[in-house]
Amino acid sequence: MQILKVNKLTKSFGGLTAVSNVNMELNQGELVGLIGPNGAGKTTVFNLLTGIYVPTSGTITLFKDGKEKKLNGLPPYTICQSGLARTFQNIRLFKDLTVLDNVRIAMHSNVKYGLFSSFLQLPSCKKEEKELIEKSMELLKIFHLEHKKDELAKNLPYGEQRHLEIIRALATDPVLLLLDEPAAGMNPAETAQLTESISWIREKYNLTILLIEHDMSLVMKICERIYVLDYGMVIAHGTPDEIKNNKRVIEAYLGEDMSNA
Amino acid sequence: MKKIFENDGLKKLILLILIFGIVQLLITTGIISPYLQETLVTLCINIILAVSLNLITGFTGQLSLGHAGFMSIGAYTCALITLNMPTTTGFILGVLAGAVTAALFGFLVGLPTLRLKGDYLAIATLGMAEIIKVIFINLDSITNGAAGLNNIPQFVTWPWMFLFTAGTILIITNLLNSSHGRACISIREDEIASEAMGINTTKYKVAAFTIGAFFAGIAGALYASNFYFIEPNQFGFLKSIDVLVIVVFGGMGSISGSVIAATALAVISTLLQSFSEVRMILYAVLLVIIMIFRPQGLMGSKELSLSVLGRLGNSDSKKGRV
Repeated sequence: MQILKVNKLTKSFGGLTAVSNVNMELNQGELVGLIGPNGAGKTTVFNLLTGIYVPTSGTITLFKDGKEKKLNGLPPYTICQSGLARTFQNIRLFKDLTVLDNVRIAMHSNVKYGLFSSFLQLPSCKKEEKELIEKSMELLKIFHLEHKKDELAKNLPYGEQRHLEIIRALATDPVLLLLDEPAAGMNPAETAQLTESISWIREKYNLTILLIEHDMSLVMKICERIYVLDYGMVIAHGTPDEIKNNKRVIEAYLGEDMSNA
Repeated sequence: MKKIFENDGLKKLILLILIFGIVQLLITTGIISPYLQETLVTLCINIILAVSLNLITGFTGQLSLGHAGFMSIGAYTCALITLNMPTTTGFILGVLAGAVTAALFGFLVGLPTLRLKGDYLAIATLGMAEIIKVIFINLDSITNGAAGLNNIPQFVTWPWMFLFTAGTILIITNLLNSSHGRACISIREDEIASEAMGINTTKYKVAAFTIGAFFAGIAGALYASNFYFIEPNQFGFLKSIDVLVIVVFGGMGSISGSVIAATALAVISTLLQSFSEVRMILYAVLLVIIMIFRPQGLMGSKELSLSVLGRLGNSDSKKGRV
């Protein structure tokens, strides 16, 4: 069952076309990789999907609960509320806030009590705040961060900051999770552990995951399908085995001369 | 008995009653002279202004240089109402109307200007406050122009002052401890991440601006109702800066910091009264020295919580704690 369809997505910055005519389809429950050399436009695709950039042309359609919804042109917060959550390549946690606050903030769009209830800390507000803490602690357990709930996010070690970003994205209650280089800067042991966690999260929360990653061991191991981007265009897509042997992919990564040699 | 001290709400209430009672006692026994009472009123008004500006600037991260503009709207609205209706009902009505008008104005101004960031927003809010001032100067028939409004009935007494100041602090603290408050704070921390996590940043910026303006309106109304006389120039750029100084001095993002800073500055200013000629110079030098040694402000973004107060007698808490 289809969950996201991207049709002829294009983004130009002045004369530079960063992403051109990208077509992509994601099915419910799939784990899909998006790879490509540096500057290929992978993060730009993420920024277009999550509304940080407005596409120059093309459409993005989300299929959720049997309804289809056009996402192109919507502001990021509406897209997030529709069920797309993301992490950032260069970690963007709320650095000076506690681990718990980082997670609670991401749950805000599902909070029901209003401003006036919060002015007076009415029972409805207090009750829901308590639930928020419980739910946050539940999520923090995924990466064993529950005992660090009161630490400032900036004081966490790098690997845990990456974990917290994933938890924060999960806290928005998404159907589709976009991970931008989740293993960047991690050592092989940490990457292996992260690989397992990602698969586990997908099962547990019934998610579809699209991830950008340079660590091929991770991509080849867990992705069911892979899209390869080069100069803003999809040059190949298929299963990990197909991609490994694709001539154009090898060219893009190693250069034309190398593949001829 | 132990349970009473575990209940935070009750602790707050006891503390508030204590502060109110002590000051009331000092006023009735004459230890706080009429002159000091005036300082006390100014202090309370400054606390309301600083706490509300801290919500906009310290917590939501939107630099505003127009807080005095909202204050003047509250002041004029309340003054005009109490001049026509010199009763306590009129006073309450005036304060509320002043606050609501200021909030409405904050909302209308906030919608377009809060798209701007940093210095641009600061300039826009500065311009907005100046426009309000010019309107009050030129609206002769209603505001009596540059000459200002005279003989405004005085209703402000310590109980009123305390009620509004404590109310402001409580409501804004409650807000900041809720999900809505955290949404505001996340904008200051990282606007892009905040929006990507499903927070309508424009809505919360405008909300913080409107709520801040509401309380500035209350401060203005209390000001008008205490000092008999208001004129547009009292609410100029310098007044906005005064409030910003308190916020920065106390710590951006700390309500208790704003309260402490406002109090400290009031005390300093009173103590320097006897050196009238060099008073402003000493005041400025003191500020510079404090900012050199504590650039993050007195409290940084920490809060003085009641649990810390409770532990003050405890020797453990004295070690290495701020």
